[in-house]
Amino acid sequence: MTSDMTMNIVLLFAMTVSALWAVMARSLLKGTIGLALTSAIITILMFRLNAPLAAVFELSVCAGLITVIFVSAISLTKPLTHKEIECAARDRMKRFIYLPVIIVIAAVVLYYLRIPNYFAKAIMGDTAIDVRTILWGIRHFDIFGQIALMIAGALGVVILFKEANK
Amino acid sequence: MTQSAWQLFSIFGFFTVMLFIAGAYCILATRGLIRTIIGIELLIKAATLLVMAAGYASGRIALAQSIVITIIVIEVVFVVIAGGISLSIFRHNNDLDVRRLQKLKG
Repeated sequence: MTSDMTMNIVLLFAMTVSALWAVMARSLLKGTIGLALTSAIITILMFRLNAPLAAVFELSVCAGLITVIFVSAISLTKPLTHKEIECAARDRMKRFIYLPVIIVIAAVVLYYLRIPNYFAKAIMGDTAIDVRTILWGIRHFDIFGQIALMIAGALGVVILFKEANK
Repeated sequence: MTQSAWQLFSIFGFFTVMLFIAGAYCILATRGLIRTIIGIELLIKAATLLVMAAGYASGRIALAQSIVITIIVIEVVFVVIAGGISLSIFRHNNDLDVRRLQKLKG
C-alpha cells in the first residue's frame, strides 16, 4: 500500500470518528463542532482527490456557514437545566451505545465481503476538461436549479420569521 | 476502471458506508430536531464523498465537482429551512422533542 493510500485511510478513519462524536456528543454545541470537523476532514480528502473547487465550497459553506446556522439555532433555543441534562444524557446513552458496535460489525462484514470490480471495462472520462466548462457548458441547467433553490430558501426563511413576529 | 482506481474507490466506499450508518442511526434513535438535522447532514456528506470518489476513480473529476457543488447548495438551503422550522416549532411548543409534537397529528 502506498503512503498516499495510507494517508487517505487515516483521514477517512478520523472522519468516521468525528462523525461518531457529532452524533454521540453530550451537548448539541459539541455535536455541531464534530460536524464541522467532519466537513473539514472531507475538505482535505477532496483536495487529495484533485477537486479544489468543491473542497473550497465544502470548507466555506459546510464547515463555516452551516456551523454558524446550527450555533445560531441552538443559541435561540432554551438551554436545559443541570438535572435535565443528566437525565437526557443517560437516556441518550442507552439508545446510542449500540452505534459503535453496529459500525464495527458493518466494517468487519464489509471487509470480508470482497466486492468484485464490476466497472473494469467502464469508459474512462477525460480529466482535462475544466470544472467551469462542465458547470457552465454541459450542466448549465443545474445553475438555474441552484438559483431557484436559493430563492426558495430565502423566501422560506422570510415567511418563517414573519410568522414568528406576529 | 483500473485496479488501483478500484482499490481507492473501495476504501472510500467502505468509510462512506460507516458515515451513512452513523447518520441513519442518528435519525432513527434521536428525539431532538437539531440532532435529526445533524444526522441528515451526515447522510448528505456520505453521498458527497462517494460522488467525489467515483468521479476520481473514473477520471471524471470535473463532472463530480460540478455535481458536488450542486449538492452543497441543496444542503445549505435544507439546513436553513430545517433550522427555521425547528425554531418555529420551539416557539410554539417551547420544546424540540419530536414526541411532543402532538399538534402535527392529522
